[in-house]
Order: sequence, then C-alpha cells, then structure tokens
Amino acid sequence: MNQITQKIIIIFGLLFWVSGVVAQNTAIDPRTGAPLDWGDPMPEMLNFMVLIDRLELGSAADEDTNTYDLQGWYGGDYHRMWIKAEGEGERGEELEDAEVQLLYGRMMAPFWDAQLGLRHEYAADTSRTSLVLGLQGVVPYDFELDTALFVSEDGNASIRAEFEYEWLLTQRLILQPRLELSAAFDDVPDDGVGSGLNSTELGLRLRYEFKREFAPYIGVSHSRTYGGTANFARAAGKETSSTALVLGIRAWF
Amino acid sequence: MIENQVIPKDTGWSRRSLLRSFAALGSLGIFQALLPSYARAIGALTAPTMRASRDTLMDIAIREQSLEIAGGIGKAITLNNSVPGPIVELYEGQEAHLRVTNHLGEESSIHWHGLLLPFEMDGVPGVTFPGIAPGETYEVRFPVRQYGTYWYHSHSGLQEQSGVYGPLVIHPKAPEPFTYERDYVVMLSDWTFEDPHHVAERLKKMSDYYNYRQQTLGDFVADARKNGFVATLKDRLAWSRMRMMPTDIADVTGATYSYLMNGLHPAGNWTGIFQPGERVRLRFINAAAMSYFNVRIPGLAMRVVQADGQNIEPVEIDEFQIGVAETFDVIVEPQADMAYTLMAESMDRTGYTRGTLAPRLGMQAPVPELRELPMRSMVDMGMDMSSMDMGNMSDSMESTAMPAQMDMGSMDHSMHQMDMPMPDMAADQPMDHMMMASAGPVVANHGADHHGRGNNSVAEVQRDRLAEPGTGLENVSHRVLTYAQLRNLVPMRDKRPVSRTFELHLTGNMERYMWSFDGEKFSEVKDRIHFPYGERIRLILVNDTMMEHPIHLHGMFMELENGQGDHLPYKHTISVKPSERLSLLITVDEPGRWAFHCHLLYHMEMGMFRVVEVTP
Repeated sequence: MNQITQKIIIIFGLLFWVSGVVAQNTAIDPRTGAPLDWGDPMPEMLNFMVLIDRLELGSAADEDTNTYDLQGWYGGDYHRMWIKAEGEGERGEELEDAEVQLLYGRMMAPFWDAQLGLRHEYAADTSRTSLVLGLQGVVPYDFELDTALFVSEDGNASIRAEFEYEWLLTQRLILQPRLELSAAFDDVPDDGVGSGLNSTELGLRLRYEFKREFAPYIGVSHSRTYGGTANFARAAGKETSSTALVLGIRAWF
Repeated sequence: MIENQVIPKDTGWSRRSLLRSFAALGSLGIFQALLPSYARAIGALTAPTMRASRDTLMDIAIREQSLEIAGGIGKAITLNNSVPGPIVELYEGQEAHLRVTNHLGEESSIHWHGLLLPFEMDGVPGVTFPGIAPGETYEVRFPVRQYGTYWYHSHSGLQEQSGVYGPLVIHPKAPEPFTYERDYVVMLSDWTFEDPHHVAERLKKMSDYYNYRQQTLGDFVADARKNGFVATLKDRLAWSRMRMMPTDIADVTGATYSYLMNGLHPAGNWTGIFQPGERVRLRFINAAAMSYFNVRIPGLAMRVVQADGQNIEPVEIDEFQIGVAETFDVIVEPQADMAYTLMAESMDRTGYTRGTLAPRLGMQAPVPELRELPMRSMVDMGMDMSSMDMGNMSDSMESTAMPAQMDMGSMDHSMHQMDMPMPDMAADQPMDHMMMASAGPVVANHGADHHGRGNNSVAEVQRDRLAEPGTGLENVSHRVLTYAQLRNLVPMRDKRPVSRTFELHLTGNMERYMWSFDGEKFSEVKDRIHFPYGERIRLILVNDTMMEHPIHLHGMFMELENGQGDHLPYKHTISVKPSERLSLLITVDEPGRWAFHCHLLYHMEMGMFRVVEVTP
C-alpha cells in the first residue's frame, strides 16, 4: 500500500474518531437536557431473584421421595430471563421427573408476565424438549398462578397450572395451600399419559419465616392421577393416589 | 470532651480501643462526641439579636465512616464527620460560598433543598452538573435571595439514606414577623444498619418485605367479633380482589429503621433547653429517606409560623404531619418548669423518635405510647364509595377507632371544622360512615387512560383532601394542621391568569415496586417537561396510588391552591395524599433544568423522577 493511501486512511480515521468524541460530548439526553456523558440521574435497576419454593422430603405409605422446585429471574421490570427447575424421585433412586426451563418473560399487564422458551425433561427414561408458552402472575384475590402450555418435539401438547395462596396465621407463620393441575391434549402411552386431566397435586404447607428469606415447613401433599393416565398407572402396577407427609425448606435470595 | 470524634473505617483495633474510651465517658459522652454541635443540648442556633449578617464561606467534606448511631455502630456517609451534617447558616442578601469535597470512592453531590439559585449550583448530577468525582471539590457560589428553614442532601444514588443530609438555615435581612428567645433545629430522619442498596433490592423482590403488620388470622377473628364475620370476610375479599393491603402505609418500616431526632435515637434523647416563659422556635425538618412523621408535644400548643421556609399566618395546633422533605417552623411557649416530650411518631406507627424540651439537662417527660396502626381505606384506593355496598368496607377503618383518643379532653376541633355532626361513638356502627364524612369531596373522575402496565390502579374518584390532617390522624381529639390552613402572610405577587395547565399523575406498580409519573419511569420517558418561561402556569397532580408522595420541584416555589384566595402558601415539597387531586400555581421565572420528583428516596430511584426545563 502506498504512503499516500496510508496517510489518507489515517487522516480519515482520526477525523472519524474526533467527530465521534465531539458528537459524544455534545450529545444531549432528551430526558434531562444535559450532556449524555454526565451520566443517567436515575438509571434503570437490573435485579435478580432465586426462589427455592420447595426443597422437600416426602414420606408416603409406599415410598419416600425427594422433591425440588425452584425458579429464578434476572432483568428489569419489563423484560426478564427466567430459569425454572423441578424434579422428583424416590429417595435413593434416579429422578423420575426432572425438568429445566429457560424462558424470556415480558410484563404484559401490571400483575402478569408472559413467558416464552424451552423446557428440557431429562429424567430416568425421558429426554425431550418442548416449547413453552407461559403466563405467571397474581390473580385477583391474591392467588399466585404459574401456568404453561407445552408442545413437545413430538408434537404433543399439555398444560400445567400451579396455584398458591398465602394465609398469614401470624406475621411469620404462614399456611400455604397449593394446587397443581396437569392435562394433556394427546395420549402418550410411552409416558403413561392419557389425554384430558391427568393428575392433580394438592398440598398444604405450614412454614415459619425466621427471616423473610428463610422458612422451614411441614405439610401434606396429596397427588392423584385420572382417566387414561390412571389406567396406565394401574396397568404398570402403580398407585393412582398417594398422600405424603412433607418436610422442607422455602428460601430466596 | 472529644470534638467531632469519629471512628475511621477499617480499623478494628483502634475502633475497639476508642469504644472502650467512649464507654468510660458514659453514654452522654458518646453521643456528644459524635454529633454536630447543634444537636447538643447547649448548641442551639445563635440568638437572633446577636447575629451579624455576613457572607458565608464553608467547607463540607463527604466521607464514609463507621460511627456510633442509633445505639449501634453503623457504616455511614458523613458530612464533616457527623450525621446529620453541620448546620449551614446563610444570610439573606449576602453571598453563599460553599465548598463540597468528596472523599468517597464514588461520585457524590449536594443539593440545596428549597433554595432559589442558578440551576448550575443546584447539585443534581446528570441534570445540573456532572456530579462531584472522588477527590474533587465542588465550589458553589450564589447570592442568597430568601430566608427560612431548609436543608441539604446528596442527590446521588442512595447516599442520603446513609446520612448525607443536614439543616440549612437562612437568617433574614429584616426582622421576621414573629419573635422568640430560643432557636433549635429539629431534624427528623430514618436510619438503617442495612446497606441501602440491599433495601432497594429487597423491595424489588418483595415489596411488602418490611411490613410486619399485615392482617393475620388473629386480626380476622378480632374483627369478626367486632364487626361480624360476613362484614369482615367481605372487607378482606375487597382488598385481596385488588391484590392490595390496607396495612400498606410505609414501604420501609421500623422493622429496619431507627428514627432519629438531630441524629439521636429515642434513648439518646436530644434535649433543647429553655427557661420557663421563653418562646422557643423549633425548626422541624423531615430529612428521612422514606418516613413521614406525626409530631406533637404533649402539654404544649404549637404555633406554626413557617412552612417550607415561607411565612404563613400563624396557626395554633397540637399536632402536625410532616411529609418527607418538608419543613415546619413552630413556636412554643412552655410556662412551667418541667420537661416536655417532642414526640415524632412514624406515620405507620412502627416506631418513633423523641426528644425533650427541658429547663435543665437530664430531665425528661413521659413518652406516649405508639397509637393504633392506621389503615388504608377505600377512599385512599380512589374507589367510588357511593355505588359500593357499605358492608364491603365495614371494618377497614377499625384501627383508626376513636374511643381510645376520647379521654384526651375536649371534643375534636378538627371535626367541628369539617361541619359534621358528632358521630355516635357508643353505637357499634361501621367506621366508614365517618370516614366518608371526613374525607374531602370528590372533585374529579379518572379518565380512560390507566397509564399502562407500569401502573396497577387509578383513582377512579379523585378527592380534594387538603382539609384532611393525614393518615392516622383522621380522628384524633386535638387540633391537627391541615394544608387548607396554610395561609401566606403576604398577598400573591403574580396575579396573572394561568396561561397553561399541566397535569401529571403519580403512578406505580407495587407488585414490582415500580414508581413513575403517568405510568412512565424516568428511564422510559422521551423528553423533559418544558415549562414556558415568564408565564404563570397551573400544575395539577393526581395521585393514582394508595400511598402519600411528597413531590418536590427544584428551583421554583409552587403556590398551593388551597382556598386561601390570594394568600396561597408557597411550597417546595407537596405531599399528595392517596387518590387526591390538587393544583399548584407556578410563576416560571427561573431558567434552567430542574429536577421534579417524589422525595421518597426509593421511589425516586425507581423512576418517579422528571426534569423540568425552563428556557428563556
């Protein structure tokens, strides 16, 4: 490359750089009327939260189980990344159900987040990915709702909804009823899932908040399968309903 | 005595030995060692007769330090080694020359709250200047064009919560229209040993984190016994349907706050000395980050002579509510040779601070019990009560019950002012009949625009609440100051008709702890607000939320349209009650860029902030 070309490049480069610096220094933040490089007087706050909703040991007539259910978010007020993970299995055995979801959430209305992302199930004999369309928020009368539509890579669709309510017995002793419903649009015999409402889990947990962030609890959880799903369970020699005493920890940070 | 002794940070050893030496001094020694001189019993402002007008030259150093505060050791940001900072005394008609040096590892700033000055001196980083970089000194010079009681504080991040605030008193050129023999600053504030950023994060994750007064099963049983099961259930359902709580009075409460008077917590007992028969001027300044206070001095009437540093026609009262960033100057005349308690209850009644007026040091008077927890009502929610089944709210007011107050003497003056018949206290009738009667009149309805997803409720019904004394004081049995009583001592200067009207709604989404104007956080707005220079404008504020917001305009006073004809009072900070609609007149005569925001610190940080530009 000849020298003149080099010089021209250098000169233009310098001009470009100088104009950038000048532009930056004179650029005005329209919200304040002040130069941008003075900084943002009230910058948007990014935050995160991790909630371990259930980390528990269950004890039923026929089996002892371990369960975890946690979720976390990172972001601002309108846009958040969500991670949700839950799993359950017989104590000492491999997990029977385990899943992790990665979602983008956008606030649609004051109490509501719409979520879109992927779920991966990876327990014992399943490994499957689904598209997730979720809605999470607080319904009038203060019920917390976390619900989602799943469409698996095989094209099977299902719905899951979780309701939680908090009833303050005292400022720190809190009774939490919890209902989880699962329904499928299709029969998936390989998974032992029949179409229609296939399972419910009704729980009642009593926790004591030593701090807002840390509360051990005891409770009962009653789960049931229905319809085709119950038939599959019976055929596999499993119970269709079970009641367990649960002991766990709820924590967040 | 150790003068302005502080414990430098990161010195475990010397701190411990210092603590031992403090212990040897006794508790009084500790407090005196760490407080600015005006906070000490004998360190009041100079007597008015001995004051010579002069220019002020003063250095203020901002430092991070560990110091003894609120009964513990806290990491604070100090001004000249103390919390609150030193008193800045200026003289009307003279020059102010203030040099602020930032010894922090981060940017800082000082804003002179309520002062009329060139906007470049106003001290809002990112708006009026670039902020004070670490190690830098910021020189502020301006001619002093006013007098009265004001204050100063950091406008950077959450520094104010860590202690960066102090009183600012401007002495008048001509004698004031009242006289007194003693002059004390009474600066109220809130202190937490938590990192303020941690407080903000917790509120963001769980907006009711600090509310340990929520309604429980026990409350339900008690209310059901009093008001009936169905009525109580209906009330609870009415609130839970809205996904709100009637106990939501303050976002940050006594669960983490200690409340301070001149830097002292209640056990420290700040004391002002008087001789019986003397007139004592008390300059109340609310420098709290988040806390309103209800202030009274049992046994002493207070004559309010200034509000926000501006003269008003004296009004005699027994109690007043002071919003964050407001100031009230009162004069008291204790005749007896006895101690009086200065009682400042936090509005949510989760705590208090107190001090003492006494003829001699070491005296104290009984400290009143905290009164019953106030509750939000459907009036606060902006609900249209006329179309509602009364049963829905029948017990929402039970905690503001009157009977407990009734033994305090004569029947309620404030009620006579409201032209309402005395309610029959013996009857077990629902309190909301009273609430409806004592709430101000409905003046407007909300429009169709509900301000988007950043706002979770609107004041469907907007009321004129200027004649109401404030949350928790609806039914007290003595005289409580209201905004309607504030009457400027001098007639309005600018009598031109209004050329333009601006309307702003105070909004929020409590679920996510978002706060905003018109549903838009500062980070979302596209432009500043342009006030037309040289014109007379009207600013209408509508509070769509269920909490009070102290709204502060920098650089220009606002005249509150409170029915006082051409004697409207000047305010630099106006507390807007839940679902209230009020209007202010402003003469737009100060060119520059002026911050306009909610003075609840965490609300401002979350986006309840705008910039007003005045271009000549």
